[in-house]
Amino acid sequence: MLRFIVRRVLQLIPILLGLSILLFAWLRSLPGGPAVAALGERATPAKIAAYNKAFGLDQPLWTQYLRFLSRAVRLDFGTSQTTGRAVTDEFLTRFPGTVELTIFAMAFAIGVGIPLGYLAARKHGTWIDSASVIGSLLGVTIPVFFLAYLLRLLFAVQLGWLPGSGRQDVRMEATHITNFYVLDGLLTREWDASWDAVLHLVLPGIALGTIPLAIIVRITRASVLDVVNEDYVRTAQAKGLATNTVRRRHILRNALLPVSTTIGLQAGLLLSGAVLTETVFAFGGVGSALRTAISNRDYALLQGFILILAIMYVLVNLLVDISYGLLDPRVRVK
Amino acid sequence: MTASLGNRRRERIDALAARAGALPEGDGGVSLVKSAFRRLRRNPVAIIGAVIVVVFLLVALFAPWLAPKDPYAQSLLSEVRQGSIPGPRPGYPLGVDQLGRDLLSRLIYGSRQSLVIGVVATVLGSFFGLLLGVLAGAFGGWVDTVIMRFVDILLSVPGLLMAISISVLLGQNQVSLMIAIAVTQVPVFARLLRGSMLVQRDRDYAVAAQALGVRRRRIVLSHVLPNSLSPVIVQATLSLATAIIEAAALSFLGLGNPDISRPEWGAMLASAQSVLSVRPQLAIYPALCIIVVALGFTLLGEALREALDPKFRR
Amino acid sequence: MSRAVSSAVRGAAAPGQPPVLEVDDLAVTFTRRGEASTRAVDGVSFAVAPGETIGLVGESGCGKSVTSLAIMGLLPKRGVEVSGSVRFDGEELLGASDKSLRKLRGADMGMVFQDPLSSLNPTVTIGTQVTEVLYEHRHMAKKDAVAEAADLLDRVGIPDPVRRLGEYPHQLSGGMRQRALIAMALACSPRLLIADEPTTALDVTIQAQILELLRELVQGSGTALIMITHDLGVVAGLCDRVHVMYAGKIIETADRHDLFARPRQPYTGGLLGSVPRLDAGRGTPLTPIRGSARDAIPWAEGCAFAPRCDHAQDDCLTEVSGSTIPLEYDGPGRELRCRHPLQYPPAATGATAVGAPR
Repeated sequence: MLRFIVRRVLQLIPILLGLSILLFAWLRSLPGGPAVAALGERATPAKIAAYNKAFGLDQPLWTQYLRFLSRAVRLDFGTSQTTGRAVTDEFLTRFPGTVELTIFAMAFAIGVGIPLGYLAARKHGTWIDSASVIGSLLGVTIPVFFLAYLLRLLFAVQLGWLPGSGRQDVRMEATHITNFYVLDGLLTREWDASWDAVLHLVLPGIALGTIPLAIIVRITRASVLDVVNEDYVRTAQAKGLATNTVRRRHILRNALLPVSTTIGLQAGLLLSGAVLTETVFAFGGVGSALRTAISNRDYALLQGFILILAIMYVLVNLLVDISYGLLDPRVRVK
Repeated sequence: MTASLGNRRRERIDALAARAGALPEGDGGVSLVKSAFRRLRRNPVAIIGAVIVVVFLLVALFAPWLAPKDPYAQSLLSEVRQGSIPGPRPGYPLGVDQLGRDLLSRLIYGSRQSLVIGVVATVLGSFFGLLLGVLAGAFGGWVDTVIMRFVDILLSVPGLLMAISISVLLGQNQVSLMIAIAVTQVPVFARLLRGSMLVQRDRDYAVAAQALGVRRRRIVLSHVLPNSLSPVIVQATLSLATAIIEAAALSFLGLGNPDISRPEWGAMLASAQSVLSVRPQLAIYPALCIIVVALGFTLLGEALREALDPKFRR
Repeated sequence: MSRAVSSAVRGAAAPGQPPVLEVDDLAVTFTRRGEASTRAVDGVSFAVAPGETIGLVGESGCGKSVTSLAIMGLLPKRGVEVSGSVRFDGEELLGASDKSLRKLRGADMGMVFQDPLSSLNPTVTIGTQVTEVLYEHRHMAKKDAVAEAADLLDRVGIPDPVRRLGEYPHQLSGGMRQRALIAMALACSPRLLIADEPTTALDVTIQAQILELLRELVQGSGTALIMITHDLGVVAGLCDRVHVMYAGKIIETADRHDLFARPRQPYTGGLLGSVPRLDAGRGTPLTPIRGSARDAIPWAEGCAFAPRCDHAQDDCLTEVSGSTIPLEYDGPGRELRCRHPLQYPPAATGATAVGAPR
């Protein structure tokens, strides 16, 4: 098992290196170069030249790359042009919000998706099954930002049931320690602050989680349908085992394998969706920052954020890979 | 008993057997494409998808003849007030947008944009993706490893973020949008074709061909490649749907052509946000168009997947 | 009528004891959406006495596997119609509640399937797959169950059983997997064991071992065994009585020795005749049965085997004879469904020659 993990980790290194080269090349290829990135698009040629000299941008490419790499490893991604703060600081401030949102969305998608998919599979051929197939198709084709807008329009603006923007009611004046608002409320025992933060997560969380939900329902359903026809389920039934045992140990344990790989892949979808959802709900997480950075052409922030997010995505996939090895003993041999 | 009596008896029994054991309605000996087509015709989901796709193509093709008005003409601008935008009326079946332009005409012309973006992005993405996939699948060895590592690196940046990066890099225009979306599709096609080819390579017919001394290039081009193509067709259809949605998302984020007066569904959605409470239809209709078209391609793609899956042939 | 015949046939193994299993006019029809329905099993009747080993022989598609699945109640619920009667120890199984079936399965009736790899859950250890039967039916405590599981694996001839308990199916060889499956089926000492082509997926040498294992276990414990196979060699070595099936019906029943010595149904004769013989001279042509299982006519129209039969006559067809062909008494311990069976002149003693056509 350990060898399996080590092997997977080692395979990461070329990918991370490649990623860093890619983003380095990206920044260098921008019209005007990193000088424009740092100084803004209106910088004069003289200022650009001075900047280039000062930052050694006239040196050979690979020297520059090595410097970039060494700074990246130290988590120094430069300064954001919009806010003037270090990109890393900016990221750390905003990341907890996005994490809370993603966790909520994933919990929603899994908690509703797996039981629904299982139900659809067991009721194969009935209207429940057809409805879930249609539903999941729709869920995948609806653009996230449109869904976000609809939910916001309906439940926040028109009905006023749930908050439609931000992470927390500003009037709360809650104390923030970790920047995970829900957690902070629990830590400082400001229960209403915590609850308020949760309420703010509901609408964006559902919007963000709808596509993963649709995919999970589809894959769970397909997987359960496949597994139910397998010979070993028939053996389990021939042994006269209780329905619960058959369901838990024989059907679900095997059916959930492909589902868990999907969940890992959803991480990418969630990151993309977060940009759109956070924009609609003015959520103040990483996604909203990216949106602002796009319109402001804040290249330093864009590069830094995307690199960090990509690294996280790769790590999440690694974890999923490893957990797959834990769940399916056949994979470890490979 | 004479021989002729015995023969007559035998014929009678054989006739009965032939009638009873007649080949059932199935695919015995029919080519994959023909049997797939037959199965598609019977599948209601496939038909819905196909109808949507065909209607979409026709609308895009004949837009100038179908649209009642010029999509850029702000004909009813005079009637747009703060807090009120004219709804459906004679000559304007769906009403107008916040600048007085006929909504229906803009939607119809918008189909052209979506078609172009979808098709170009998917064709580009699939072409380069398939190229990489074929090289990796045909040569194997270190070529395979290098190509696949490159694909892995591309995949390590989540879809939309990658599209954003490229779009920002290449400037504010539709072409950069198409290239950006194409880049996100390259890894999918590369992996798909390579995987499919690897499976086919190990199949008995390929090994048998090799044992017969057929040259490798011929095996790959004439045998392995054609058999690997069915998942590619399915994926191309599905990728078209994704491309259309991604294009809308990128427009929404302010990338692509900044000219918001042009009739493009994503841009229309984005500009409708500001007047959402006044006239939500301005956002709902373009969104519906995107959803229906994407759904059409998705349904068709899924139906194709089932139809082309050799496991389903009886 | 069938019951009267069955009692004559039943007397084989243990006279006086009621049969463990009685199958009466069992019929199974499959209906797929938009297609005509198929009668996979078309009125099958037989009985199994305690401790007896019977064989169900036939080609692929003759309905023997479906029969066994119907007995165990393992057929899918939708698209399948089952009629007739299946009685285990007098208790009717068809239409019984899931709960009562589950109690019987694994405990009183066990089943072993064809492909040992796909019949085992790949993500659960062998040990758990054995002990779960023990927990369910014998309600054993954990420590006892584990010990019993190791003992069971040992009894089926798996070396180093304690280590195997913690291993996964993909770590065992094909033969060992099948032994493990047999251990699971016999864990609660069932009165009836059904083995559906248990050796077909295994190497020939392993086949012999598994069959030998089955024979030992069954003889030692007095378990009745239904052996389903297309392989006559299996039948010859193992079964007391044999039922030959064709196109969903039983067409011949006989005691093992009788069947091989004097097969009456031309189909059975054809099966036996098509087996290549070691003592045949070089160049002796093989004699297969002509045609295939697809060249069958519906039983309602006559004998399903007629198109492929060298002895078929006009009255093998319903339209000529006016009636379908029944399963009839053909001597002590024999039943036959044939109007023109193979004949054996009484003078031939101990000869194994296939009879000459009339």
